[in-house]
This record gives sequence, structure tokens and C-alpha cells, in this order.
Amino acid sequence: MSDIAEKVKSIIVEKLGVEASEVTPEASFTNDLGADSLDTVELIMEFEKEFSVSIPDDQAENIQTVGQAITYLEENAK
Amino acid sequence: MELKRVVVTGLGALTPIGNTVSEYWDGLKNGVSGCGPITKFDAEKFRTRFACELKNFKVEDFINAKEARKMDPFTQYAVVAADEAIADANFDMDSLNKNKVGVIWGSGIGGLKTFEDEMIYFGQGDGTPKINPFFIPKMIADSSSGQISIRNGFRGPNYVTVSACSSANNAIIDAFNYIRTGRINVCVTGGSEAPVTIASVGGFTAMHAMSTRNDDPATASRPYDVDRDGFVVGEGAGALILEEYEHAKARGAKIYAELIGGGFSSDAHHITAPHPEGYGALLSMIDALEDANIKPEEVDYVNTHGTSTPIGDPQEIKAIVDCFGEHAYKMAISSTKSMTGHLLGGAGAVEAVASVLAIQHQFVPPTINVFNRDPEIDQRIDLTENVGKARKIDVALSNGFGFGGHNATVIFRKI
Repeated sequence: MSDIAEKVKSIIVEKLGVEASEVTPEASFTNDLGADSLDTVELIMEFEKEFSVSIPDDQAENIQTVGQAITYLEENAK
Repeated sequence: MELKRVVVTGLGALTPIGNTVSEYWDGLKNGVSGCGPITKFDAEKFRTRFACELKNFKVEDFINAKEARKMDPFTQYAVVAADEAIADANFDMDSLNKNKVGVIWGSGIGGLKTFEDEMIYFGQGDGTPKINPFFIPKMIADSSSGQISIRNGFRGPNYVTVSACSSANNAIIDAFNYIRTGRINVCVTGGSEAPVTIASVGGFTAMHAMSTRNDDPATASRPYDVDRDGFVVGEGAGALILEEYEHAKARGAKIYAELIGGGFSSDAHHITAPHPEGYGALLSMIDALEDANIKPEEVDYVNTHGTSTPIGDPQEIKAIVDCFGEHAYKMAISSTKSMTGHLLGGAGAVEAVASVLAIQHQFVPPTINVFNRDPEIDQRIDLTENVGKARKIDVALSNGFGFGGHNATVIFRKI
């Protein structure tokens, strides 16, 4: 697993209070990991902070699973 | 309309002198000071470097980390104290009509720490507003009553009263009114504050309202002492379960005391200074006595607002003498803020709990740190100086006064 994937996973574990084993690439923030709309916004902001990227709202809407977050950040992180 | 009777069937306390009701009472009874150096932030450059902080409180022992993270400390304290009171009331949650259970809480400020943290973070950035989505719901004062309701499924009236240091007394009176008029059966009430923060300590010291006795914090909160130099800020929460009397009796609830009256007034004088003759305080006590339909002579104990400020303490005692006449010298009076510090919007709640416990235990908690009584304070008043005492207490009255000139008084009676 890449460094980015590891970091994404640990942010999700911390912010959503879930077990690391639940944070699979297919897991949806809202359907599987118990996130509400505010949690999702906060997660995106944490990714922005951690990886020094700015994620536009229209792209943030497409980040709904752990795997989608990792893919986006691997392509866009500086 | 015939008003229903309202009783106290549960208590909760999270205070600088005890993290549960029983620890709190031990502290009150034994005259313990909750004051010490500030640990919550680096206070080195502050004129006041001490406060009454909670001791050995770990929020994760009570609220899971994910939930706790979305609460300002003042809401965490509210939830913990309310949990204790709800458990103490011992409801059968399956048969309780939760639509008729309200949560009416008091807080003077709300989520100040949350506000500070977010604005400091913003100030360190380049002007782009990267504001956390939980900032607003954590900060707003009503998140405390909201979280208590969410946690327990209570769907009755739900809001927070804000009247500075009389907030919790106002909350208790509102809860009382909804129950005695039959709108609800039960209400979780009380108040909390988490004011050991940069903005709060800095702001109150700027007003010269806080003690600066940095060399001896434990004696800094000294209401009625001639050398008092301001209040000591405290943090925590107090919670009471108020319940309609027949509802409580029908389920065989333990009843601590009856809430028999609530009074309020406004000084209409100044944003921070109390009325020089204590007129607002007098009106509030008279209003409460009339509401309770009792004679002044029936009151055995007064838990004063008594904050240890030079300007506030004598006015309240003058108002007590004006209100009670000769009986003022026969009552027991004490300021428990000498031990807990001043919990601002939570003060009325922890003091209501203290008043109810005083009735339950027939014991007056002391005013500690009275070394030399201020000659301006009527010498015939029994301030329960330094040592608590056993005493018959049928009726206890508790005052709360706030910046803005808000006054509110509650009266409890033995049942």
C-alpha cells in the first residue's frame, strides 16, 4: 500500500472513529463508515490539508469511497 | 389553572471539587477548594494564572471519541452531568413517554474554545476560510441541550437559556414552568460552562473582574472577606431531573426535594455592575418567595451568588437583609463559589444541586476563605464561615445574577 493510501486510511480511522479493518477500498464513507454530510466535508478538508491540494467541490462530490479518495490523491497530491 | 407540583428526581454534577454528585458533596461538606494553576493553556503572560478546573476528567470514559470530537467541552460536560442525573432518576426508558421529556439547559457563553481554536487557525492562514464544518454546530450554545436530547431520544421542548451567570437558574425556572403547567412530565435541566480559555480568562481579567492572587490560588475565591479581589473562573456542569410529582410518585421515584418557586428581575442599571442598593437582587428574591407562596421566615438556607468580587458581595447581603428583615440573621447563608469557583452559566446549576443536597443531608456547606469578614457585610449575618454545619433545612433558596443585570432565584423545599 502506498504512503498516500496509508495516510488516507489513518485520517478516516481518526475522523470517523472506525476500525482500520473496515476501511477497505470499496467502503463508502456514508453507506459503510457511518459518515454524515458534515463528516464527509471534514474528510475532504483533512485530505486537502494533509496532501496540500485543493479539491474543487465538483470533484469532491465524486469522492465517495476510500478507493476514490486514494486514487484522486495519488493523481493530484504534490 | 391549577399548577402541578414539581420535584427533583435526579442529580448530576461534574465540578472542580468532584466529578460525581457524591464526590461533589464530599467536597462541599469538607470545604475543599477546587482552585489551582491553569493547565488548559499557557497562562504565563496572563495577569490571572489560576482557575477551578476539573480534576482527572477524561471525556473518553463517558462519550465515545467520535461523538466527543464533535462537542465543545461545555457540551461534553453537559452530556456527562446529564447522563449521571438521568441514570440517577432511574427511568424505565421503555415506558417513559419521551415526547413529554424536555431538555432546557443554561450556558452563558457556549463553545468558546471551539470559536477560539477555529479563529486562531484562520488567523494563521492566508485568508482562505478553511472553516471546519463542525465549527458552528459545536460552538452554538444550544448544542448542549441538543446533544442531550439526541443521546436520549427526548423530544420535548429543547433550548438553552443565555443570561450570563443566571443562565442555569433561568433554565431551571423555564423547565419548572413547562412541567407545572402540564405541558411536559419531565425535564432535564441545569447548565454548563467551559470558560478556562484564552479569550475568557483574558477578557475577564481585562474587566478587572477576576482575582489575581497567583501566589495562593486556593484562597483566591473568598466571598465576604475584606481582601477579596475578584472571582475565580470555574468549569463544569450541574444537572437536575425535574418531574411532575404524580408522575414521579406513580413510578416510585426517589424524590430529593420539591421545586416550589422561581423568581426573576432585571437591574435595568449597568451592563456589568450590580445595582448599588441590590435592588434587582431584592426583586428577584421577593418574586421567588411570592411564586413559592411562602413567607420569608420559612427559608432556612440561602446559597448566595457571592462571587468574591468587591462590588457584588455586599449588595447581595444588603438585598437579603432588605428581603428577610430580622429573619436574615436566623438563616444560614453560604457561597459555595468559595470552593467551586464561578461556573458562569453553569453556576446556578451546581448551586441548585448544592441546595438540594443541603436539604437532603440537612447540612449547610461552608463559605471557605473568610479570614477577615468585610466590615461592610452586616456582622449579624451567619455566613457559615469556613466550616459547614448540620442544621434543619426545610427550605433552601439559591440566587444567580448575571452581567447584563439579569437576576434569577430558585427555591427548593424538603418533601
